Amino acid sequence: MLIKQLKTLFLVTFALILLTPIVLTVTNSLMTEQEIRLNYDALGKNANAADQFANVKLIPDWVSLEQYGKVLIQTPTFLRMFWNSVLLVVPIIIGQAIVASLAAYAFAKLQFRGRDKLFLVYLLTMLMPFQVTLVPNYIVIDKLGLMNSNAAIILPGIFAAFGVFLLRQFMLNIPYSYIEAAKIDGASQARIFLSIIMPMVKPAFAALVILLFVDHWNMVEQPLIFLQDGLKQPLSVYLSKISAGARGVAFAASVVYMMPMLLLFLYAERYFIEGIQLSGIKG
Amino acid sequence: MRFRQWLSKDTATALYFLAPSLIGFSIFYLIPFGMGVMYSFQDTNTDGSFAGFANYQQLFASASFNKAVNNTLLFTGISVPLVLIISLAIAILLNHNVYIRNWLRTAYVMPLVVPVASIILVWQVLFDWNGTINAILNSFGIDRIDWMKSEWARGVIIVVYIWKNIGYNIILFLAGLQNIPNDYYETADVEGAGPIRKFTNITLVYLLPTTIFVFLMSIVNSFKVFRETYLIAGNYPHDSLYMLQHYMNNMFLSLDIQKLTAAAVVTAGSILLLVSVLFAMERRFRNFMDG
Repeated sequence: MLIKQLKTLFLVTFALILLTPIVLTVTNSLMTEQEIRLNYDALGKNANAADQFANVKLIPDWVSLEQYGKVLIQTPTFLRMFWNSVLLVVPIIIGQAIVASLAAYAFAKLQFRGRDKLFLVYLLTMLMPFQVTLVPNYIVIDKLGLMNSNAAIILPGIFAAFGVFLLRQFMLNIPYSYIEAAKIDGASQARIFLSIIMPMVKPAFAALVILLFVDHWNMVEQPLIFLQDGLKQPLSVYLSKISAGARGVAFAASVVYMMPMLLLFLYAERYFIEGIQLSGIKG
Repeated sequence: MRFRQWLSKDTATALYFLAPSLIGFSIFYLIPFGMGVMYSFQDTNTDGSFAGFANYQQLFASASFNKAVNNTLLFTGISVPLVLIISLAIAILLNHNVYIRNWLRTAYVMPLVVPVASIILVWQVLFDWNGTINAILNSFGIDRIDWMKSEWARGVIIVVYIWKNIGYNIILFLAGLQNIPNDYYETADVEGAGPIRKFTNITLVYLLPTTIFVFLMSIVNSFKVFRETYLIAGNYPHDSLYMLQHYMNNMFLSLDIQKLTAAAVVTAGSILLLVSVLFAMERRFRNFMDG
């Protein structure tokens, strides 16, 4: 009994440490500009004065929505960048979910020559860092006339191998007998895919949507390279620029920025975890 | 004959299902990669004559490339085993009967879904020269550390990496642990095996396929740390954070296509080698299990 309590205590402590950065961001976003300035004035100064330190406070002296007002109402750029992020991320998620689920079905449940070798190629590109195909990618996008357009980021995003990989892993767990039974009943492949496979991969879909959201809501490299137009930049790039100047506003902006992710995660957590788990079981 | 008919029918269907993905994948990944390999053996961008391994020789002679390789290897070599050990330990604890297990699991996964850019503020507050961690050190009478402008910067990024990726690994390990049949442990109990023997001879052995998978994903995610590094430390981080991605980005900005593509091919080759080794390991494990 005692051991169980100690284990729980340890796990809770560790969890609280992991959550601290998130909690701090939220509570600091509720402070007034003066309080933020007071607390963090010392940051970034390489002063030799020995006892000049930033003062992290968990609980604000005075709860205020001042920063949110500044971010949401007085900073039109913020909302614009937020919308830019949405315009990039939503098409990628929808596109990749459709394209990848079709391909994953072929890789998991259909027999054709060279299947496993082709899948290995998909897997390998998934493992490569973005920079590996940077130059040729740049040239392809330039040749297609997509430079400085959202499509330069959306199209490579849709065809990335990750979705194929995740959904295929998940589909491997679906027994063949379901498909055989449907075939005997005279169902077409399209029908099997839509009415048997798709309903069963719902958890993997949830995992895919969230992981793609996380990855692309965050992207930095692609927009910096393919979108020269500053007004087209997503929030992830913009946020790193405001953080230095106006710390208080940046905290509130950060909270608004992480909210969609957090809400989606809490809403679909069960599926999300199930989706990740099942993708890891079969090799 | 019937089998072959069935096979060809399947191939046609597979083509329909595969076509959208394969076309886009070829245009945006496969063909670019092939082009990259080609460029790496060419002389200059305009000339385009075959240069053999000249680009590679230049690459390996370059000090900044070597620095980037060393840093990347060092970072991956430390952070990946560390994240594996910590997440396995937590998964094992969570797998036992503890209170509020689901709540804890949620907490561990949370950092994964929080966007990096929204957390850099806190990292700055914590690791600044006048930041909170130094304040704590100072209150214990320990000299403060210039976290981001010394060798410690690597440590900071390792912490950020572990913070972010631990949840994903825990979920995978938990699934792996739950897949080990309880009978094995019961049999071991009957035969008088201690907890350490059970851990090494049952848990670790049966967890190997999961571990290989987690290892692979951890390496992939370790490349993504570039974002955190970029957001926290900017274009010119401390020397110890100068990674392969920085190198390639800089080559891109200075339009040194030859070196960039050669570096990309070297990176791709190393990953290919690593994956082959892992797969070979897994196959041997499977044979061992079946045999």
